Amino acid sequence: MNIRLKMVLILTLFACISGGVLSLVYIVSSPLIEANVLKEQDRSIFLVVPEAKTYDEVEKEAVTYFNCKDESGRTVGIALPAKGNGYQGVIRLMVGLTPDLEKITGVAVLEQVETPGLGGRIAEKDFQDQFKGVITDPAVGWVKNQAPEKKTDIQAVTGATISSRSVVAIINRSIQEIKQVL
Amino acid sequence: MSDLNSTQKGVFVEFTKGFWKENPIFVMLLGMCPTLAVTTSAINGLTMGLAVVFVLTCSSLIISIVRNIIPKQVRIATFIVIVATFVTMVDLFLKAFLLDLSKALGPFIPLIVVNCIILGRAEAFASKNGVMRSLLDAVGVSLGFTVTLVILGGIREILGMGTFFGMVVLGERFEKWVVMLLPPGAFITLGLLLGAKNIIDRRLAEKRK
Repeated sequence: MNIRLKMVLILTLFACISGGVLSLVYIVSSPLIEANVLKEQDRSIFLVVPEAKTYDEVEKEAVTYFNCKDESGRTVGIALPAKGNGYQGVIRLMVGLTPDLEKITGVAVLEQVETPGLGGRIAEKDFQDQFKGVITDPAVGWVKNQAPEKKTDIQAVTGATISSRSVVAIINRSIQEIKQVL
Repeated sequence: MSDLNSTQKGVFVEFTKGFWKENPIFVMLLGMCPTLAVTTSAINGLTMGLAVVFVLTCSSLIISIVRNIIPKQVRIATFIVIVATFVTMVDLFLKAFLLDLSKALGPFIPLIVVNCIILGRAEAFASKNGVMRSLLDAVGVSLGFTVTLVILGGIREILGMGTFFGMVVLGERFEKWVVMLLPPGAFITLGLLLGAKNIIDRRLAEKRK
């Protein structure tokens, strides 16, 4: 057989088999992967808005948020996905707010690639729990090496001011954005 | 090594060589990117290693079966298609069943496609040897890779976090060596282990004289 034809035929054959096999694997795994993503979303939303029992996704002028309700259908809070740059890469957060956006009910770090042991500690419970009850007006702030005095402040992780500051900045920016559309 | 005759012993050597004599990390120095990047903990090293075991074993099997029908001009392209197929399977599997590990390993699972251990074994071994020998070679080399990654990850995890596979082994009072979790820690650990292996090899060679 002509060698050029053989090259094309063999490579095409392998590509087709590969494509076929992978589409089968994809069909089997994609519902599981979607379920995983949803499960993670559920977990983070119920973590940052503890009173919530159900939620609806709302999209308003490019801002996506989750309207959280209790059993009776009353809105008990808003869960706001937020994203921005940290010290080494993208930080993704879920921010829980009271319906009037005045107070933070919780913050969960969903994804971060900060320095392990330093900036990485923003993913620890102690750091995230500080945000509970923080007042968002005029803006969330941070202090270094001491307990915060103002109700709008949190304490930065020691040795990881940039990562802590980034989290605060990401939260402030997304609150600004949602305030403009609500 | 690959030119040994097919006696029982010769075949078995194909399996064991990956652990010491032709260890992919310590001797061939292949696959350095995942070696340095993902070994921040023992579990990351183990998962990465097992992913490579699956990909290398499956692709070596297929490549050794079809090696005679592939025109040599397109062999690398064909190998890559085969390897990429299995890598995508692993990636989807991890995302479906082990989401946290999939996140921790990030882009390094998809990057197995271009891992030189896989293409190296395909080109240097599976495309020239029969199914049985290729399988033994693939399993041996990839398990050698896995064991080495677990050792590296274990050392870095113990010194950097005081834990091993998440279990606390060094008490509360242990001051964590954060540097071990950072890139320099990977280079330092790998360098020391390489040196240690060379010392042992030299001692063994002297004894034999």
